[in-house]
Amino acid sequence: MAKSHSLRGQVAIVGVGDTEVGKVPELSATGLCIDAAKRALDDAGLTKSDIDGLVTCNSMAEPHMYHAEAMAEHLQIFPSYCVSAGAGGGTTFAVLYQAALAILHGICNRVLISMADSLRTGLTREQAMVMQSSSGHPQFETPYGATVPGYYALIANAYMHRYGVSAEQMAAVAVTARAHAALHPGAQMRTPLTVEDVLASRMIADPLRLLDCSLVSDGGAAVVLARAEEAGEGPHQPVYLLGAGEGHGHEHISQAENLTSSHARQAGERAYAMAGLGPQDIDFVELYDCFTPVVLIELEDLGFCGRGEAGAFVAEGHTRLGGTLPMNTHGGLLSHCHPGNPGAMFALTEAVRQLRGEAGERQVVDAETALVHAQGGILSSHCTAILGRGR
Amino acid sequence: MSVNAKPLPPINPDTQPFWDGCAQGRLLLQRCGDCGHLQFYPRMLCAACGSRTLDWAESCGRGTVKTFTIIRRAVSAAFEPDVPYVVALVELEEGPTLMSNIIGCDPAVVAIGQPVRVTFETRAESVAVPQFEPMP
Ligand SMILES: [Zn+2]
Repeated sequence: MAKSHSLRGQVAIVGVGDTEVGKVPELSATGLCIDAAKRALDDAGLTKSDIDGLVTCNSMAEPHMYHAEAMAEHLQIFPSYCVSAGAGGGTTFAVLYQAALAILHGICNRVLISMADSLRTGLTREQAMVMQSSSGHPQFETPYGATVPGYYALIANAYMHRYGVSAEQMAAVAVTARAHAALHPGAQMRTPLTVEDVLASRMIADPLRLLDCSLVSDGGAAVVLARAEEAGEGPHQPVYLLGAGEGHGHEHISQAENLTSSHARQAGERAYAMAGLGPQDIDFVELYDCFTPVVLIELEDLGFCGRGEAGAFVAEGHTRLGGTLPMNTHGGLLSHCHPGNPGAMFALTEAVRQLRGEAGERQVVDAETALVHAQGGILSSHCTAILGRGR
Repeated sequence: MSVNAKPLPPINPDTQPFWDGCAQGRLLLQRCGDCGHLQFYPRMLCAACGSRTLDWAESCGRGTVKTFTIIRRAVSAAFEPDVPYVVALVELEEGPTLMSNIIGCDPAVVAIGQPVRVTFETRAESVAVPQFEPMP
């Protein structure tokens, strides 16, 4: 039996940093990774000599065989814990609690997690498309010519067919994300959208339209993690890790046991158990919105809605700022930015800013507890983290 | 191989018999000698019981569309002439699911639950890829 309660409140995020996002041609993917790292260190009131743990993820635009080691060299730090995480979008929060374990077990004292990529200007559209769709099984999927939107469309179609969720309800996810991005000065896409705009956008892979799909971006974000006892020494309110959990189903969508729910459920249950909390205790959520229907399945898997009910929940406005469960308050991957594997890092830095009370116009009133969720592959690998102002 | 050619499966020793079957117009599943489980894709161990005792069984080639999409923007130049094309998950009568295109029909007539049957698309000398078409 895992002693999963041991992590609750033991480590805190003491620094966060986001680079410019969208089109950032003046920085390489490496440059973005270092820029994010420097911003997070500055935010934490620390210097690179205070860091003895480093976690990164590889870049598609500028890959390094040993990415974290290359970034350590670039920064000239000499960590006792150094790892490049590589399980797609879901890795972000998985490395968060793995880094927490490294701190708790005395492997290192402070971990810098920095992830960035240049999918927008560092690759051609065709390179980005082929590289991302290489997640398909090389023998049993790739020969059929599906794109990443195509793989997710298989899920979207099954979900709509099973529950009667409408295109309008899916579109409401994109509209909500855009309304929140409009309040974020750094977001890539800030012009408000209507449901009609989404439905009028070009069909990419039925039933997914262009505006059901997330952005392609340059950008990076970083956090600094420290022992809870030392977290109060910094300039900001520490944000504590209360719970985390992973869930892994299939890797390839053709092997999925279920097309309308995912192992987000197991990830969420594990995170709730560690935190000693449930969905009713969560003030706001930052969910992985690579495509609009993914958010709906996550809302159901994570216990916020019954099966097939998330479409109506979002369309009724419950996930807007001021609603019962504000969601993707920075605009998410749909409107803030999506630089690939680092995408969910921005959900993490946003959750920290909300919990510090620094989110300005888009601040969730009295935000005490947040749930962030990321997934990688095609609804394959999941990690949920629960964060709070208090321990 | 030209950059404009559709991808060929990178066949390995574990999957060679499956692809040999395709080249002969037979869709092969693996059957566990210990528990009888039928599986796709071909792999080293029985996914149900972990047995190494796996043999090959020919599928009847009939199944139904479990879900599908119509690709409007091709993944690469090789697929551009096919746009719009259907990518589907097909559940075989024997149980296993596999990815395929649905060919030989207007994409607009494809539906979840539709009965389909296997056919083989020759993509290179002695390499054929299983494809599905609507049941006549
Ligand atoms: Zn068996």
